[in-house]
Amino acid sequence: MLANPHSLRSVFRSATKLMAALLLILSVQFLSSPAFAVKPDEMLKDPGLEARAREISEGLRCLVCQNQSIDDSDAPLAHDLRVLVRERLTKGDSNQEVKDFLVDRYGEFVLLKPTFSSKNLLLWAFGPLVLLLGGASVFLFYQRNRVLAQKAEASGQTHLSKEEKDRLDLILSDDDKT
Amino acid sequence: MIIELGHFMLVLALALALIQSVVPIWGAQTDDNRLMAVASPLAILQFLFIGLAFAALTNAYVTSDFSVQNVWENSHSQMPLLFKFTSVWGNHEGSMLLWVFILAIFSALVGAFGNNLPPKLKANTLAVQGWITSAFLLFVLLTSNPFHRIANAPIEGRDLNPILQDIGLAIHPPLLYLGYVGFSIAFSFSIAALLEGRIDAAWARFVRPWVLTAWGLLTLGIAMGSYWAYYELGWGGYWFWDPVENASFMPWLCGTALLHSAIVMEKRGALKVWTILLSILTFSLSLLGTFLVRSGVLTSVHAFATDPSRGVFILALLIAFIGGGLSLFAWRAPMLKQGGIFSPISREGSLVFNNLFLSASAAAVLIGTLYPLALEAITGAKISVGAPFFNATFGPMMIPLLVAVPIGPLLAWKRGDLFAAFQRLFVALGAAILVTVLCYSLIDGGSAMAPLGIGLAVWIMVGALAEIQLRIGLFKLPIAKSVSRFVGLPRTVFGAALGHFGLGMTLLGLMVATAYQSETILVMKPGDHAAVSGYSFELGGFREHSAFNYVDLIGTFKVTKDGKEVTELHPAKRVYTSRNMPTTETAIYTIAGVTQLYVSLGDKQDDDGIGVRIYYKPWVTFIWLGCVVMFIGGCFSLSDRRLRIGAPARKGRAKEAAGTA
Repeated sequence: MLANPHSLRSVFRSATKLMAALLLILSVQFLSSPAFAVKPDEMLKDPGLEARAREISEGLRCLVCQNQSIDDSDAPLAHDLRVLVRERLTKGDSNQEVKDFLVDRYGEFVLLKPTFSSKNLLLWAFGPLVLLLGGASVFLFYQRNRVLAQKAEASGQTHLSKEEKDRLDLILSDDDKT
Repeated sequence: MIIELGHFMLVLALALALIQSVVPIWGAQTDDNRLMAVASPLAILQFLFIGLAFAALTNAYVTSDFSVQNVWENSHSQMPLLFKFTSVWGNHEGSMLLWVFILAIFSALVGAFGNNLPPKLKANTLAVQGWITSAFLLFVLLTSNPFHRIANAPIEGRDLNPILQDIGLAIHPPLLYLGYVGFSIAFSFSIAALLEGRIDAAWARFVRPWVLTAWGLLTLGIAMGSYWAYYELGWGGYWFWDPVENASFMPWLCGTALLHSAIVMEKRGALKVWTILLSILTFSLSLLGTFLVRSGVLTSVHAFATDPSRGVFILALLIAFIGGGLSLFAWRAPMLKQGGIFSPISREGSLVFNNLFLSASAAAVLIGTLYPLALEAITGAKISVGAPFFNATFGPMMIPLLVAVPIGPLLAWKRGDLFAAFQRLFVALGAAILVTVLCYSLIDGGSAMAPLGIGLAVWIMVGALAEIQLRIGLFKLPIAKSVSRFVGLPRTVFGAALGHFGLGMTLLGLMVATAYQSETILVMKPGDHAAVSGYSFELGGFREHSAFNYVDLIGTFKVTKDGKEVTELHPAKRVYTSRNMPTTETAIYTIAGVTQLYVSLGDKQDDDGIGVRIYYKPWVTFIWLGCVVMFIGGCFSLSDRRLRIGAPARKGRAKEAAGTA
C-alpha cells in the first residue's frame, strides 16, 4: 500500500477527516496506553540512515496522540509515519525534504517545533521579550537606586569612615548567621 | 448513609468557608478582635469537615460501594487495598476533593500555628483562604460532586485506569497538590498585606516557611511524577514537556523565584513589591495548572467547547482570583514603601538576576503551553509545541542562571566583589574545567556539548559547598575551630548549599544520562543474547501470569558482565482484561545506586520472538536524587531557628553577631 503515494494520499485524506472526530476518543486512549515506539522490524539496516530517521521522528508529532512524538508513540498512525519517514530517507530525501513532505500532507501540526513564521511570532518572542523587558526594568531600578543614593549623599549622609565601614561589613556578613 | 453524610459535611464546610470569607475581614477593618478571632476555629473546623467528607468517599472506595457513581466508574471489588485508597483521587471528582482538602489543611495549619502573626494579618490571610476554599467547594459541589448516587447499583465496578494502578498514584498527586495548593498561603498573605496596605521584613519571615514547604513538596512531587513516567511508559523518557507537566513546572519556577526574593525582603527590606507580585503570580500559575488539567481543554479544545461547564467554572475562578489579585496589587502596591538600596553586584543583585531569569523561563514555558490552545481557539490553526521548542527557548535561558548559582551566595549584601567571589570559587572552577577536559578526552561519543554541561554541573555542586567552606574557615583556621563553626552555622546556610548541590546533581544526571546512554531495540527469541554497554542480556524464556484484572507475559533476562552474573530481570507485557489495555512493566536494575539497566518488552512476533528495548542509563538516578537533596535542603532551611521563632529578634541577633565577630 505504501508503495503508491497517490492511493496513500487519498487514504490519509479520509483518515484526516475521521481523525478530527476520533480525536477525543483516541487521545484519551493513547494518553494512557504505554508508548512502545520504534519497533525492531521498522528499523533500517543502515545505522546512519536509521539515526537520521530517529532524529527526524523526535521532531514529528504523532497526530492522534497528546503531545507525543512519533518516536515515542505506539499508535498505529505513528507506526505508519515512522515507516513513511524511513521510506523517504531510503529514496534519498534530505532531512528537510522529509519534513517538508509531511508538512505538505498534514500541515504544521505535525511539527513539534513550530516554524518561525509570523503567526508564531508571539510564541517565539514572548520568553526573550519578558527577559528583555525584565532586564530593562531591573536596569531602571538600579538607576533609581543610584539617584536615591546620590540624594542621600547630597543631603549630608556622607560615607562612613574606613573603620566604620569594615565593622559594618563584618556585622552585615554575619547578619544571617543567627 | 455515610455517603450522604460526606456530602452534607462538604455543604457545611462551604457554609463555614463563606463565614470565614467575610467575618474576619470585617473584624480587621473595624478593629474588632472578637470577629477576627473567629478565623482560626473556622479554618480548623473546615479541615475537620472536609476531612470527614474525604473519609466518607474513601470508605465508599474501600467497601466497594458501587451505588456511588464515582466509585463504580473508577474502582473494582477485587483491587488490592492500596489501589482502593489511591483511586479516591485517581479521577476528576476525587482529585478535586483532595485539592480542597489540602487547601483546608493549609488553612488549618495557619489557624492553629499562626499564633505569632499580627492578629490583623492572620485574620485577613485566613479570610482570603476562605475565598479560595469557598470557590473550590462550590466547584466541587456544583460541577464535580463525588457523592453522586446511581439508582440501580451495578454489581461490579469499571476498574481504575490501568496506568494509574501503581504505587506512583499513591505518592505523586498528593505531593504535587501539597506543593501547588501550598502556594495559596503565600497568595493569601500577599492579598492580606495589600488589604492592610502594610508590609515589612517580618512579613517575609512569616511567609517564607510556607513558601519553603510548598516548594519542597512540589519539588518532590514533580520528581516523583517524572520517575513514575520513566518506569511506567517503557521507553526510558523522564521529561516530556507535556502541558500537564508544564502545569506543575511553571509554579515551581515561579515559586523558586519567590523563595529567593523573599530572602532579600526578609534580610534587607528590599524587593517588597516584587515579592508580593511574585506570590500572586505563583499561585495564579497553580490555578492555571488546575484549569489546564481539570477542564479537559488539553485533551481537546473541541471537547472543552462541547461540555464547558467545568472548564468555564474554573476559568471564572481563574479570572476572579488572578484578575482580582493583580488589580488589588496595581491599586495598593504604590502605597508600599520601598527600602534597601543595593548595587547590581551584590547578594541582592544576584537574587534579582535569579528572579529575572526564572521569571523569563517560566514565561517561555507558559507561552509554549498556552499558545497552541489560544491559536486554535482564535484562528482555528493547529500547531504543536513540543520538546524541541522548549529545548530551544527554555534551555538557553537556564545557562546564565546556572552559571550564576554558586556566585550569588558568595557576594556580600549591598555591594559585593565579583572578583573576590571568583577567587573563593577557584576550586569549583578548577574541578569544572578538569572534569570537562577529562570528559572530552576519555569518553568517545556523546554530543560535543555534553562535557560542558557536565562541567557546569560540577561547578554548581562544588561551588555550592564553597559558602560553607568560607564561613567555617576550612583550611584557613585550625580544624577544631572549623568544626565548631560548622556546628554553629545557621541551618539556612546548609539549606541553600544543599538546594544548590541538589540542582547540580539533577543537571549532572540529565547531562550524563542524555549524552552517554545507549539503547538497543531488537527482536529476541529465547536463548538469544543482546550486548549493551558491556552487559550481556540473555532471554531465558517467557511465562504467563494472571491476576484478577490482568494477564502478564513475563520475560526472564539473565544479565551478565564479563561472564559474571549481575542480576535477573523480569520485564512484562501486561494486558488489563477489563479495558483490554496493554501496559509495559519495565524491569530496572540499579548499579551502585546511580546507573540503571532498563528492559521493557514490546509485541510478541509471529515466530516466537518478542520486541525488546534495552537501555543503559548512566547516572540517571541523579536526576531524581538531586530533587530529593533539594527537598532536604528545604527541610534544613525550614528547621532554622529564625523561622521557627517567627518575628525578628533584633536584640539576640546583635548579641550573636558580636559574639561570632
